Amino acid sequence: MSAIAFWGAVELGLIFGFVALGVFLAFRVLDFPDLTVDGSFPLGAATAAVALSNGIDPWTSLLIAAAAGSVCGLVTAFLNVRFGILNLLASILTMIALFSVNLRVMGRPNMSLLNQDTIVTPFYDLGIPDHIVRPLVLLVLVVIVALLLGRFLASDFGLAMRAAGANPRMAQANGVDVGRQIYVGMALSNGLVGLAGALFAQIAGFADVTSGVGTIVVGLASVIVGETLFRNRSMLIALFACILGSVVYRVAVQLALSADFLFLKASDLNLVTAVLVTLALILPKLKARRRAA
Amino acid sequence: MIAAENIHVTFNRGTPLEHKALRGVSLTLADGEFVTVIGSNGAGKSTLLGAIAGDVTPEKGVIRVGADDVTREKPALRARRVARVFQDPLAGSCANLSIEENLALAACRGVRRGLGLALNGARRARLRDRVAELGLGLENRMGDRMGLLSGGQRQALALVMATLADAKVLLLDEHTAALDPGMAEFVANLTEKLVVEHKLTTLMVTHSMRQALDHGTRTIMLHEGQIVLDISGERRRTMTVDDLVDMFRRVRGGAELDDDSLRIG
Repeated sequence: MSAIAFWGAVELGLIFGFVALGVFLAFRVLDFPDLTVDGSFPLGAATAAVALSNGIDPWTSLLIAAAAGSVCGLVTAFLNVRFGILNLLASILTMIALFSVNLRVMGRPNMSLLNQDTIVTPFYDLGIPDHIVRPLVLLVLVVIVALLLGRFLASDFGLAMRAAGANPRMAQANGVDVGRQIYVGMALSNGLVGLAGALFAQIAGFADVTSGVGTIVVGLASVIVGETLFRNRSMLIALFACILGSVVYRVAVQLALSADFLFLKASDLNLVTAVLVTLALILPKLKARRRAA
Repeated sequence: MIAAENIHVTFNRGTPLEHKALRGVSLTLADGEFVTVIGSNGAGKSTLLGAIAGDVTPEKGVIRVGADDVTREKPALRARRVARVFQDPLAGSCANLSIEENLALAACRGVRRGLGLALNGARRARLRDRVAELGLGLENRMGDRMGLLSGGQRQALALVMATLADAKVLLLDEHTAALDPGMAEFVANLTEKLVVEHKLTTLMVTHSMRQALDHGTRTIMLHEGQIVLDISGERRRTMTVDDLVDMFRRVRGGAELDDDSLRIG
């Protein structure tokens, strides 16, 4: 694997670090299996692409994308909290609707952004090679977001959110409005994913309605890899483990794809991902069974 | 003061499984009164507690806390004034949060939760002091996950959690039933102490006749969704467990007790 391919994998891993944080918030903190992200990721990409091509500055486009992602989360939360639709099903409904929404937003299936300024453009003048500047900028961003998220989860409100996910009955008995926590948590989670979509569009130079397929699996893979790397961790370490998990996962996939003897092609990515996640889910159980035997 | 006025609750209405859990229960507790509730399975004890806590919305009747009608107030909102401890020690706290995180969560009951740090220095010290009062040594394990503790320890902490914020009412749903005898006694005595200290109006459901008479100031017996016995004062003081069991049997139409543990407990 070349240095450029390696840094490319790190870069992608850091972008999906935001997805991992969002998925962690939904799956682990709120205990809400949320597939909305498969729609909110491309929506983030689409809104950012449209914003950029309309002359809006790159940073503002990130905020717009995050806001758009949050709205998706709110829709899913609304279906679940207000109407009692099963969480998984509610998120699938939103996801499927978003495919059409994304086509409407862009007006076509994909958009190129090759000559647009991005958030990284100003940093290309620093004299560091381009393929290293990008991951550096992303690293700073994702660390800031993880610190903010960690601080949020350590607050009274964040603690209530963790309780609402872990033990809704107890949370309610302690005056926590569980429904409201789901709204806020889902908005945050999908906002992070929308942000990731926007960063992906800016860095990759395009937005595509199909780019969201498997976002949830990749996010979950990152969370699981992170949890495997750091067990018995504090909340802040768990958040950074998600980001690290995302990077490790991308580098591992890159290694697998560039190992000639495996006969893998880039188009095998989703298959490889599914197999890796399945293994990560099965292995702890097998280990436990062996220990019990 | 809490008051239940002519409460009716029916589960699975209009189906073959229709069950009238409460049939016109009226009960008024003066401030600081500690009432123990007994009754056989399905008598409506937990339903009564659920109606006061807000888990169950009665189809008829009014629930009041103080002067306010709270019949349709959501449980989360009602938690401002009503604290609870559940039968299942695992239900009352979060296994994945630390002891102090669980306590901090309970300390905010009824207060608007903001973005300030949940565990700041002053609150930490206060929580530690409250845990130290238990005398279980848990004050040195404040950072441990709740899931590492025994059922009794968790139930003792659940009581502390219920009394951290200023509630007026404490609802206990057989909160010692899942504990070993020694721990059950510890938790029951702790309950008595905290109720007096915090001047709580308390409703305690129990399976044990002994506990029903030993604790509190008044005892009621529920049968098939109605209050069939309500004793306090001198009459209660002179009552023995055997008297109570006899009454219990009479209420059930002379049928033999299917549960000898009532007498023993």
